Amino acid sequence: MRAQRFQDALFHQTTRFFAFSVLAILAAILGSLLYGAWPAIKEFGFGFPFSAEWNPVTDKFGGLISVYGTLSTSVIALVVAIPVSFGIAVFLTELCPPVLRSPLGVAVELLAAVPSIIYGMWGLFVFAPLFADYVQPALSATLGNVPFVGALFQGPKNGIGVLSAGLILAVMVIPFIASVMRDVFEVVPGILKESAYGLGATTWEVVWNVVLPYTRVGVIGGVMLGLGRALGETMAVTFVIGNAHRISPSLYEAGNSIASTLANEFAEAASDLHVASLIALGLILFFVTFVVLALSKLLLMRLGRMEGEKT
Amino acid sequence: MQSSAVTKRDMSFSQLRGEQTSQVAGAEQTPKIRIRNLDFFYGSFQGLKHINLDINEGMVTAFIGPSGCGKSTLLRTLNRMYDLYPGQRATGEILLNGRNVLDQGQDVNALRAKVGMVFQKPTPFPMSIYENIAFGVRLYESLSRADMDNRVEWALRKAALWDEVKGKLNQSGLSLSGGQQQRLCIARGVAVKPEVLLLDEPTSALDPISTAKVEELVHELKSEYTIAIVTHNMQQAARVSDYTAYMYLGELVEFGLTDEIFIKPKRKETEDYITGRFG
Repeated sequence: MRAQRFQDALFHQTTRFFAFSVLAILAAILGSLLYGAWPAIKEFGFGFPFSAEWNPVTDKFGGLISVYGTLSTSVIALVVAIPVSFGIAVFLTELCPPVLRSPLGVAVELLAAVPSIIYGMWGLFVFAPLFADYVQPALSATLGNVPFVGALFQGPKNGIGVLSAGLILAVMVIPFIASVMRDVFEVVPGILKESAYGLGATTWEVVWNVVLPYTRVGVIGGVMLGLGRALGETMAVTFVIGNAHRISPSLYEAGNSIASTLANEFAEAASDLHVASLIALGLILFFVTFVVLALSKLLLMRLGRMEGEKT
Repeated sequence: MQSSAVTKRDMSFSQLRGEQTSQVAGAEQTPKIRIRNLDFFYGSFQGLKHINLDINEGMVTAFIGPSGCGKSTLLRTLNRMYDLYPGQRATGEILLNGRNVLDQGQDVNALRAKVGMVFQKPTPFPMSIYENIAFGVRLYESLSRADMDNRVEWALRKAALWDEVKGKLNQSGLSLSGGQQQRLCIARGVAVKPEVLLLDEPTSALDPISTAKVEELVHELKSEYTIAIVTHNMQQAARVSDYTAYMYLGELVEFGLTDEIFIKPKRKETEDYITGRFG
């Protein structure tokens, strides 16, 4: 009896220790980032994330270019990956013949297991030349003439740049989003789908009006998982983004993301301020991820209220 | 009035016994659905064997029998719900308004709009009460906002739910109680104005009061719809239906007027099941 109680207490303490250690590690990371970035924060103030200057020679640094690169590549990745993943998930759960279901599902999951360096090499040596020869001219000729968005698709067609990085990221996040979507679509009760089919709805109407609202928490979770990966992805992006410190209206231009800047410059950072600025970029990435997570929670709450879940 | 109702019933009953009587004038006597030589297969397992049955217009037909006897399967062939699942197939004829719904050329979505279904468990869609009703209507009709409001109210009144939900149409369908949810599902089915309503054990998850409400509803609805109901509750079948079919192991054992089936069934098996001496 005593031994059992002791065992229970021990178990309780151990699990609590594990749970709290996550919190402690998070706090420690935040603390060390803040400490490391402090010289840059002191020097450039809160304008740091909004300054487009990045000049190691004059020791002037600002995060705007990298932040822009990170956000734009991630947005491109999601814009491409969400519909594709949705299509994959719908096909696998609703339309696929049973024989194909598991091989296709495994293939999607295997895509997630490919190391990012492989994506980077593939992106640089295979994807980029093909992209430059075929896709970029075609995009320029079509979308390039559309008012407002046209400028995004003009510029040097060398296959390297923000758009390429975004597309590689899309390929990388598709397996994450698709497999989460597939998993949550699978738990929708058959009877719920049947009752929508029973009203005469088509597969599309059932998926769009019933399955998707029913699974929205999981779907948004999957998208956030993909976004998290896209924001922080380093190697593949570094290979294809072009690593240039400038902001251009064109998505064909080379750019930089936070992660690629860090990967490229940490080893060569000469001045203390340069190092501190890089750490500050890391802090911003940390912050961006946090904001994204918070926004997704807010979005879910909004959706819940719109649907009238809370009485 | 009273006597004519009786003769109508007798007529249909004699038809059911296989005596080919001539068609009686008037729409009510015509069977809404004629099932002829229906076989149904789950892969290689035969779930229904040679079913022949007429479901009469404006009547409630109950299907009773032990679990796994094919009642729900039969219901699911009527709107081809089985189509969703590979490996399930039906052969024979199911004539709805004279057209075989098992034809390859049948538009299943249009069929399901005509043959509504309510399931064992309440299945409100994850949207507001209003949208739950409007969803199905929108699939086949484009109504103005005002007309849609009217339709939603009409359907909710039909399902005896309007008074309980009229102040909270924008709340989630999931916020309702189980019984209300089931009536919402019935309202949803009624709203698209189907010709036939299939109820697959609609009260099996409900408390007695909600059950009574749903049964009352079935009674009200039968003047406008043809209703087929699967139930495990013998009293329910006796209470709500005009005709009863007793099924066992995929076969139709006995079919006839509910009063006859429950008072003097012709087959020993039926009597055993009804009186609880089954097995």
